[in-house]
Amino acid sequence: MRKGLSWFNVTSIALGFTFLYIPIILLVIYSFNASRLVTVWAGFSTHWYWQLFQNQQLLDAAWVTLRVAFLTATVATVLGTLAAITLTRYGRFLGRTLFSGMVYAPLVMPEVITGLSLLLLFVAIGLDRGFWTITLAHITFTMCFVSVVVQSRLVTFDRSLEEAALDLGCTPFRTFFVITLPIILPAVVSGWMLAFTLSLDDLVIASFTTGPGATTLPMRIYSQVRLGVTPEINAACTILIAIVTVVVIFASIMTKRQEAERQKAERLAAAG
Amino acid sequence: MATKANGRWLVLAIPYLWLLALFLVPFLIVFKISLSQDAIAQPPYVPTFDLAQGWALFRENLSELSFENYGYVLSWDNEFIEAYGSSLWIAGISTILLLLVGYPIAYAMARAPKSIRPTLLMLVILPFWTSFLIRVYAWIGILSPEGLLNQLLIALHIISPDAPLQILATDTAVYIGIVYSYLPFMILPLYAALEKMDETLLEAAADLGCPPFAAFWKITWPLSLPGVFAGCLLCFIPAVGEFVIPDLLGGSDTLMIGKVLWTEFSVNRSWTVSSAVAVLLLMVLVIPIVFYQNLQAREVEGR
Repeated sequence: MRKGLSWFNVTSIALGFTFLYIPIILLVIYSFNASRLVTVWAGFSTHWYWQLFQNQQLLDAAWVTLRVAFLTATVATVLGTLAAITLTRYGRFLGRTLFSGMVYAPLVMPEVITGLSLLLLFVAIGLDRGFWTITLAHITFTMCFVSVVVQSRLVTFDRSLEEAALDLGCTPFRTFFVITLPIILPAVVSGWMLAFTLSLDDLVIASFTTGPGATTLPMRIYSQVRLGVTPEINAACTILIAIVTVVVIFASIMTKRQEAERQKAERLAAAG
Repeated sequence: MATKANGRWLVLAIPYLWLLALFLVPFLIVFKISLSQDAIAQPPYVPTFDLAQGWALFRENLSELSFENYGYVLSWDNEFIEAYGSSLWIAGISTILLLLVGYPIAYAMARAPKSIRPTLLMLVILPFWTSFLIRVYAWIGILSPEGLLNQLLIALHIISPDAPLQILATDTAVYIGIVYSYLPFMILPLYAALEKMDETLLEAAADLGCPPFAAFWKITWPLSLPGVFAGCLLCFIPAVGEFVIPDLLGGSDTLMIGKVLWTEFSVNRSWTVSSAVAVLLLMVLVIPIVFYQNLQAREVEGR
């Protein structure tokens, strides 16, 4: 078996990544187009970005979206981590099948079903629809993603560390904060980021569960996109892409550094 | 000891109750409303249950529930059955396309030198972090009749300027949109399965004179099957209920059940019929969903 990549492997990677990135790159390029016609290049301009910052509706929507996403990610991370602990540490308990079913089903559940069912719940209990109902809906589906990310870290780490702390008289509560949490922290942080972007991104569930006064950015973009492609939306999308790219690259550098430090510490511990 | 046990139960109870109240109960409500009738009221259906009404009225309301909406949805006169069929068809074809596109990429990533694998992995995940809506939107500018793809083909003299390709507003555009948006969901499980594979197995096969393609078919493919199943389910199930892609890229004749449900709800304002559509969609998807749950539970919980 030869090592390394064959020409076929290299071609698949090259073509695959071209396919993944070309639409995004074109979108970014055309946000700097001077022409209002999106498909005709008429020179470089930042006109649409200035236009964007004068669009109060869009800015308001962005602010609502960020608040929802921040709150969602924070609560979903706590709930998702608790769910992950029960699924990996509790063994068998009554109703476990139901619980794990409820954790995994939202990962693949079509959004229209989740959105409709949550709306009908909010109507049935007479909750005013708006900011809070969107947030509740987002927490519910994103906590499941957090749970899966955290679980994958919880199953791989050495449980004897936790057991040692418990044997030495540490309370389970303290053990979690002193031993478990620092070890699973990178997964918890990625869980938070995943929940944040999922919430930022969601159109369907937000559209179902929103009420008057709470319009999120995807809803605003969607209603404009339906009327046609505009350079202004290209500019808005470019800013979102830039933010996400910076955050993801920053986070991955952080995790890499943390992982390297952890390995160094482990080596030291083993040597000592 | 008592507080310890209480703490233990609290950790379980909080997420459990949350999901019961906001995931399971809503489904029961959808089911109940699918058995109700539309009404010009707030909320727009009858009967509504109010425990304050007393038991007699409650029982009377109970008898008003009927399967009428299901009859309406399942009647051949309406386009619902067609929409279910065409959603399953579009999602199925898209999943096969995704597997054909995703497998070579995941395979090559798993073969790549260890040092560049994290970078490749991040490059696959990065588009997934950028908004789904934006990525679908980007294709409108490419596929439209005066769009960039047609401009390119005209510039290369492959097609004449008078007859641009009509891709936007067709099923082809929906396939492209689904394959593009779901590709990371296909690649990641495939990569996870292929990366775990022991390469010495292939070396052994080669030493024993097995040609590379046969070795792939007899060793690599079967070992990657968990990844294949996970990837296909992760793409197929949400794709069946997809709404944004057929709405933005598809034509008026692209029939998908997610779009039908949305229209029924927001345009026709029939909450009861859209509930019945949702319940039936769930019944269609329940087998793949349960299959996926088992796969996921085995994978994640390491059982």
